[in-house]
Amino acid sequence: MTAIRVENLTKTYRVARPASNSAGWFTRLWKREQTIVRAVRGVSFEIEQGEMVAFLGPNGAGKTTTLKLLSGLIYPTSGTATVLGYIPWQRENAYRRRFSLVMGQKNQLWWDLPARESFQLHREIYRIEPTAFDRRLDELTDLLEVRRLIGQPVRELSLGERMRMELIAALLHSPDVLLLDEPTIGLDVVSQRRVQQFLRHYQQEQRITVLLTSHYMKDVEALCRRAIVINEGEIKHDGPLGEIVERFSRNKLIALQFGGTELPAELAEFGRVIEAAPPRAVLEVPRTEVSATLQRLLARYTLEDVGVQERPLEEVIAELFTSSRPESAAATR
Amino acid sequence: MMTAGRVKLFILRTSIAERLAYRADFAFATLVRFLPIVTQIFLWWAIFQSTKEGSGSLNGYTYADMVAYYLLVMLARAFSSMPGLATGIARDIRDGTLKKFLIQPIDMLDYLFWHRVAHKLVYYVVAAGPFALVFWLCRSYFPGWPTPEIFAAGTVSLLLGFLVGFLLEAMLGLAGFWFLEVSSLVFVYMLMSYFLSGHMLPIDWLPPHVSEAIQWLPFKYLAFTPAAIFLGRYDNAQLIRELAIEASWVAALFAANRWLLNRGLRRYSAFGG
Repeated sequence: MTAIRVENLTKTYRVARPASNSAGWFTRLWKREQTIVRAVRGVSFEIEQGEMVAFLGPNGAGKTTTLKLLSGLIYPTSGTATVLGYIPWQRENAYRRRFSLVMGQKNQLWWDLPARESFQLHREIYRIEPTAFDRRLDELTDLLEVRRLIGQPVRELSLGERMRMELIAALLHSPDVLLLDEPTIGLDVVSQRRVQQFLRHYQQEQRITVLLTSHYMKDVEALCRRAIVINEGEIKHDGPLGEIVERFSRNKLIALQFGGTELPAELAEFGRVIEAAPPRAVLEVPRTEVSATLQRLLARYTLEDVGVQERPLEEVIAELFTSSRPESAAATR
Repeated sequence: MMTAGRVKLFILRTSIAERLAYRADFAFATLVRFLPIVTQIFLWWAIFQSTKEGSGSLNGYTYADMVAYYLLVMLARAFSSMPGLATGIARDIRDGTLKKFLIQPIDMLDYLFWHRVAHKLVYYVVAAGPFALVFWLCRSYFPGWPTPEIFAAGTVSLLLGFLVGFLLEAMLGLAGFWFLEVSSLVFVYMLMSYFLSGHMLPIDWLPPHVSEAIQWLPFKYLAFTPAAIFLGRYDNAQLIRELAIEASWVAALFAANRWLLNRGLRRYSAFGG
């Protein structure tokens, strides 16, 4: 069953064009030139109920705008979308009780009060049965290891602890769809891993639909099998995460362990040396030349171990985004 | 219906708890704000002393009338002033905090209203003592206790004044959907309301054509009307007419707020990530 259906969704913004010189600045006092920024251009995709999908793209690619459209924060310029059968920007309460949006950079809890107070207000706003609320709060505070912190004012919590509280607030009403925008941004490695583990466990147990944007490929690899890659407002890839590397990386890595203690001086003839720690080295070679290069290496040297690997997802994604970086993308998307 | 009431109650409860987080600072600030009242009373004393050897009246007001009027205006402003409301809404629009009102099943204006009620309740608890003391010290300037009818009408006018003040400032805040920064607008509003509400001077002191024009604006319900009601300056027919007009302003401003919110959300870009 389809949980999220997006068809030809487009969002354009009018933004004031900055003045190029002081005369332009003076003219802008009464006449402002505007430019149209196409944040999302004819995006279409479907997400099945219970899927956890990564939404990847560089800054300004249009992923946060898409999340804002799906959570009903903004209206589209054209196109349609339904989430759980609802049109998000109609903001029906019935819909708002069935989804949650967590933004890593935004705090929705009452800053000066203990998180418990915010949770109790959520109980009323989302009309959660008191017994179900108590049970869920117990579960979530145990899973996220914050039980002892819910009586402490939010301002006294660390960033990692606050994010875990935000997740609890977002999940107390058992949403069917969870939209996560950079949930681990700014967190240390331990907190990142804790949030990842929790999300994986929670999604598997509850089978909720999750759309996740993150710049940390560790998050994505740990949580999602499918990825939608968006850039310049358009979808560049929609499919298994593993396919991204196959599709967009023209090179592979050959890891070599030589017999002696030295590395051959002419190693660079075989490919780009990206790691050299005698007697081990890693070469990057074009995907189509892997077997030929291997044959040449084996014919010339004594090798104790050989391995062929894909390049790390993070590198491939970074390369993909850098090669097609929008030159005039607005920063407000 | 019951559930909606419980939500409001919890917003109220949580907002009170939030206000009490910095209670010492809040209490100190509230008490310090009484100092200008005392200085204003001395200022009026000096002004009246300079008229007709200190025993005359100004535009039909004696010094006692003026003190009574001024204290009642301050009481009315305690209901109708909304510090930080407009700039707070504009800030929420600008920095993206507004998002929480859009993704949760709550109404933004309803939420802000109960949040403001909570702040006012805490303020009244702190300010009740100083207000009572000032009124008691100045008791001789009042014509006496108002009749129950006038007391009830004055209380209704204060509550309606609270609504007029809330809705006017919320409207200014909602202009943030178009202008993002509204501090200049708020400054102009404060200036106008100080003059047009009767806070600076009783509006019946102004030239007849200005006073007549002010009758068509909502500002006088922020200060002048409640004070005039408590001072018994209206007859029964005028009283009912004033309260009816004040209630009509509440309805009109409420509709304007809803319209602005709907139009504003149409052009909202959900800034701030």
